[in-house]
Amino acid sequence: MNPFTYARAEQAEDALKLAEAQGARFLGGGTNLVDLMRETIERPQSLVDVTGLSAAIEETSAGGLRIGAAARNSAVAEHRLVRTLYPVLSRALLAGASGQIRNMATLGGNIMQRTRCAYFYDDDGSRCNKRTPGQGCDAAEGFNRYHAILGASPSCVATHASDMCVALAVLDAVIHLRSPRGERTVPFVDFHRLPGETPQVETVLEPGELILTVELPANPIAKRSTYRKVRDRSSYAFALVSVAAALELDGGKVKDVRLALGGVAHKPWRALRAEEALRGREATPENFRAAAGAELIDAKPLRYNAFKIELAARTITAVLQELAEEAQ
Amino acid sequence: MSLKSAAMKLMQKAIEHAPDSMMPGGKPDPLITRKHGIVGAPVTRIDGPLKVKGAAPFAAEFEAEGLLYTAVAFSTIAKGRITSLDTSAAEKAPGVRLVMTHKNAPKLKPTPMFNTQPKAAGPSDLPIMQDDSIHWNGEPIAVVLADTQEQADYAKSLISATYKEEPAVIDFDAAMKNAHEPKTILGEPPTINEGDAEAALSAAPNLVDKTYTTPRHNHNPIELHGVTLFWEDGELYVHDSSQTVAQSAWTLAEVFGLDEKKVHIWSPYVGGGFGSKTLWQHHVLAAAASKMADRPVRLVLSREGVYRTVGGRTTTQQRVAIGADADGRFQSLIHTGVAAMTEHNDCPEQFTFPARHLYATKSFLIGQKVADMDMLANTFMRAPGESIGTFALESAIDELAEQIGIDPIELRARNEPESDPTTGKQFSSRNLIKAYRDGAERFGWNSRSAKPAARRDGEWLVGMGCATGTYPYYRMPGGKARLTVSKDGFVTAEFAAHEMGMGTATTQTQVVAERMGVAQQCVQINYGSSDLAGVFLAGGSSQSASIGASIHAAHTALVEQLIKLAGSKSPLHGLDADDVESRDGGLHTKKDPSHGESYAAILRRAGKDELSVEESAPPPMELQHWSMHSFSAIFAEVGVNTITCETRVRRLLGSFDCGRILNPKTATSQFRGGMIMGIGLALMEETIWDSRKGRIMNPSLAEYHVPVHMDVPEIDVMWTDIPDPHTPLGARGIGEIGITGVGAAIANAIYNACGKRIRELPITLDKLM
Repeated sequence: MNPFTYARAEQAEDALKLAEAQGARFLGGGTNLVDLMRETIERPQSLVDVTGLSAAIEETSAGGLRIGAAARNSAVAEHRLVRTLYPVLSRALLAGASGQIRNMATLGGNIMQRTRCAYFYDDDGSRCNKRTPGQGCDAAEGFNRYHAILGASPSCVATHASDMCVALAVLDAVIHLRSPRGERTVPFVDFHRLPGETPQVETVLEPGELILTVELPANPIAKRSTYRKVRDRSSYAFALVSVAAALELDGGKVKDVRLALGGVAHKPWRALRAEEALRGREATPENFRAAAGAELIDAKPLRYNAFKIELAARTITAVLQELAEEAQ
Repeated sequence: MSLKSAAMKLMQKAIEHAPDSMMPGGKPDPLITRKHGIVGAPVTRIDGPLKVKGAAPFAAEFEAEGLLYTAVAFSTIAKGRITSLDTSAAEKAPGVRLVMTHKNAPKLKPTPMFNTQPKAAGPSDLPIMQDDSIHWNGEPIAVVLADTQEQADYAKSLISATYKEEPAVIDFDAAMKNAHEPKTILGEPPTINEGDAEAALSAAPNLVDKTYTTPRHNHNPIELHGVTLFWEDGELYVHDSSQTVAQSAWTLAEVFGLDEKKVHIWSPYVGGGFGSKTLWQHHVLAAAASKMADRPVRLVLSREGVYRTVGGRTTTQQRVAIGADADGRFQSLIHTGVAAMTEHNDCPEQFTFPARHLYATKSFLIGQKVADMDMLANTFMRAPGESIGTFALESAIDELAEQIGIDPIELRARNEPESDPTTGKQFSSRNLIKAYRDGAERFGWNSRSAKPAARRDGEWLVGMGCATGTYPYYRMPGGKARLTVSKDGFVTAEFAAHEMGMGTATTQTQVVAERMGVAQQCVQINYGSSDLAGVFLAGGSSQSASIGASIHAAHTALVEQLIKLAGSKSPLHGLDADDVESRDGGLHTKKDPSHGESYAAILRRAGKDELSVEESAPPPMELQHWSMHSFSAIFAEVGVNTITCETRVRRLLGSFDCGRILNPKTATSQFRGGMIMGIGLALMEETIWDSRKGRIMNPSLAEYHVPVHMDVPEIDVMWTDIPDPHTPLGARGIGEIGITGVGAAIANAIYNACGKRIRELPITLDKLM
């Protein structure tokens, strides 16, 4: 770990000022950033601890929910309104990490979680365009069982590791940001980027910009939502594939649907094509499977991850079928 | 054949054919028949309260004045030379006291390699930081000493190295093309055969002939490998985490050119070893750096450091072929294959050992080779060989049973040998089929459908499988113990053995109490120091037997001296050691238990505070005389998800035949721990090896998967508890056997659940899709 300075902010304004003065990184629970600092992959000169900022979970006037970026994962997961109005979020959070890590990790920090690609973590022994832009990617032809099947580029095939973010993508969440230049909002699905030629730029967050809150809009469909994570062991493993979904039926037909995938791309993958293919269609396993196929049509397997395409299709079908059975 | 090996062969023949009575264990240990004593009681671990209170310090928790902390930099190529090694920034970093590299390291002799001399503990015979050559990806290239751990870690990150790479053998498939037979497999011939096994296979009406592969595994004891050490008056003192204190002391003495008495290794508490807590480069580097800096040094490997510098289980490719007649009787048994190894070590992963002793067969071909690779020296890891050998062999048995259409337990019973199938020796004790029958009843085996995919539970297909586990009985040469009895009637037993969490201190307290005929509270055990008597290996499930035989020998010597000391006024006068027994705090004649005297009375009359003897156990000739093995029948029930192909173990039962169980409580823990490692072996453990660079890519507990609590169902264990008449106390070691058989039992259960046969470990969901 490199030497760094540390300051704690109690107000967003202070946080922004401190960060601007020192070129600092914001620190949430530290469950990812501190790990990366220990490995010297992240070398910030200065940290501003923002866990003292808003951690409130409150209803909005429009009937949605606003969650402060400093809210701990465990607090969000167990909140009554989250569990009743947005069960997919609670389930996604509980599918992630371990109890101890969820007690530390924050909403804002989890959104900023970086990839778990083994070559990204291998500071001195492997090439990585994310760590050292232009260096090359050892994962593309290496051990890539966990890697992307959608939206990857020759420069990066890593996946986004967060479970929570898959749920936020399905819930049409909106991120509220603040910088010295003012405040702005970004739809959650637009917050993370695909790698393209600049995999080191993972989000649209500007330098010095701070995540204040995440807003979940009111939407009755979210009540019937769930999360399923497929992994190599029962707990404490990253998703091979995960599915977040919400479904509303009208008779036997799909009135509305939300679908997002984890473990398949550089960002939480909102499956808009599948959603489009399902709206107004009969809620049958065949149609669910066909919709999955529509989403995965452009999937490109790497040497060790071809199984993910079939696994994603099966899991999407099973999750939608489960929700459909509940609805009927 | 050299004169020496000819003489050894002659000696071996003599031992094989000698009368039983001349062997150690030829006359059954009298304690075998003593029931309802302390041995066999479920005594709670005596070091438990210390562990809970944090009063059992590990090696990296000892303080020393002026202690320096260490960080180690590793190579990033598999083979070649260091062309530049820039340490200037590190040397100028805050708190740095020394940066040691091949340029300034003191002259060090290579570690004498394990198995080459009685006390050699070297993982390989490679030079340690003596020149610019690199032998594996991850080899230490620099050691930083600083005032704090953080300063050392930071300074290490400032070191940069460049290399000239040389062609390296880092791909197992390529290396296998040059596979060769090593001289021996742990002293056994690499290949043995009888009849024409290939011809008998082809002619058999029923046959399986399959290839199985197993991956690399890394060691992950919860306590990281570490030392706190210092030099004083030319002597080296090491707080270590060790399962080889005497061997490590001797080996370090060789490296530094010292008398072995000048190296002192202390290791009373060890947070898990599993074969990895032996001697590795970090010991030598820490001692050398401490000498250079003239300061005490603590070196704790990072988790990555353990993966880079402490070897693990090697990868194998195995062929198992079995030909059987119409009734399932084996006409041919072939188990061959290759394990990856290096040119610089001797750890061939004895995966063909189970096939040498498990089944009666008309012909056999059993042999294994090694493929040399440029990698970190592989090493022992819980049941080296047998764990993955039983995966292949016992999967093949299951395949054959299905083909013939008989129950796999019945197939095993039909091929149960009367004597050792490859050596012809008598078994010292073998009750495998009883273990199967008992286990099958408890597990409800008869509810299993022989047809795969017949049982469904929601999304899950549920199946059952079973497999045989086995591990040899070992007792190592060099065992020796000191027994001291005081005039207060207290007994102290001392030996250079190890407690790694398996319960040695507790069971041996029971053993000494029983042997001496005193209450357990009157016994003190001292262990975990190379300054104590004997050479013990906490490995190969040998330690309990080695200590047991040493205490037995010391006890006999002590009794002889006590009788002498008791003198003419004693009721014991004129008796032999054989005529008396230890009980009720003293010696009593066997004929009349009321006739005797307490230890305290003998010592007080003689005006002595204590009497102390040190005695060696006899050489372990019994191993050459009988075929001595432990056995288990493992039963597994698994669910395979029909959508995702995730596999979860639902129930696990181990039915063990390991002689007498010394302490049911600690034994249960040992068995369960081994079986949990077996779940990992079956379903998830795998070192990710990038064969372009020979580099381990998942050196972290996040990405190297071992079972979490949710992966572990309730595990039932039971045992035959039939004493082995030829071992101390009738017991055989139990540390290794728990993991054996589990891989195949789970693989067989997966087949029974869903009809897919996976011959490549670990059985991850992608292989089942």
